[in-house]
Amino acid sequence: MQVQAQGQPPGVDPGERHGARSYLIGLTYAVALTLASFWAAATPLVYAPAVPVLLAVLAIAQMGVHVAFFLHISSAPDQTNNFLALLFGVFITALVVFGSMLIMTNLNHNMMSMDQLMKMQR
Amino acid sequence: MSAGEQALPLVPGVPLALRGPAPVRVVAGFGFWLFLLSDIIIFAALFATYSVLSGSTAGGPSAAELFDKRHVFMETLCLLASSVTCGFGLLALNRTDARALYFWMAITFVLGVCFLTMEGREFASMVAAGAGPSRSAFLSGFFALVGTHGLHVSLGLVWLAVMLLQVVTLGFRPMVSRRFFCFALFWHALDIVWVGVFTIVYLGAK
Repeated sequence: MQVQAQGQPPGVDPGERHGARSYLIGLTYAVALTLASFWAAATPLVYAPAVPVLLAVLAIAQMGVHVAFFLHISSAPDQTNNFLALLFGVFITALVVFGSMLIMTNLNHNMMSMDQLMKMQR
Repeated sequence: MSAGEQALPLVPGVPLALRGPAPVRVVAGFGFWLFLLSDIIIFAALFATYSVLSGSTAGGPSAAELFDKRHVFMETLCLLASSVTCGFGLLALNRTDARALYFWMAITFVLGVCFLTMEGREFASMVAAGAGPSRSAFLSGFFALVGTHGLHVSLGLVWLAVMLLQVVTLGFRPMVSRRFFCFALFWHALDIVWVGVFTIVYLGAK
């Protein structure tokens, strides 16, 4: 398949190089990461406060596997548009999620609990 | 391929401005990709809402008491398998192999229905146990997030059925292939959102 003049839409495996193999590799990785996630959530072997971090890493890795092997997004030159759009999406997602959590944690921290407020008014 | 579908040959040295318009398939695919990213931003807002509210149980049941991890694991496998069979269907579409396309997409559809059935039963049992969306802020956030994902899956199934009917009635026209291709992107994106759901909602339950 020739390289197209204006790039590739997402989801196209360039030149159908891998065909079904790409999906099977993706499936293998995804199943392994899913099993690892469920294992990490249940195991006593991992230091408990570190489990959320481990889960986050496994989830981000699995999303990466889905993007690379199922959606076939890469940083190849004919995918520049798709890749930039993806980066922008990730940026906004991170802003919304982490921004909200940061602000709300801060608010909770600064907000006095109800019973303390009652005590002060007495 | 019609004239509009034909990819223009690339001469590497030709500057972008002097190249012809992009083929419809590339434009449609890119536009749909932008839609998917904006859809994911909707989910980002719902994830943020859920994370903020997940501790506010108002004396009601907490996440750790409600969720059954084995059930969620089965749901995850259903959706993951359907994503892969959808990919095989897409390969069949590219080969214009109707029989393989029907086969893989039928499996995709059945797995999607399995997922929705399991989710529906989970929701029904939660509501029956008095843990409906009106019980606490945590449960409102939960039903909004997981419900929106379920709604997307339901709409995806309707879309898949319509696309199969279009292949039956219209055949492998570029227009039909393009739509089917967008459906496959949509289905893969839903699986990506589900990875976030099962990690944050179910495995992150405290």
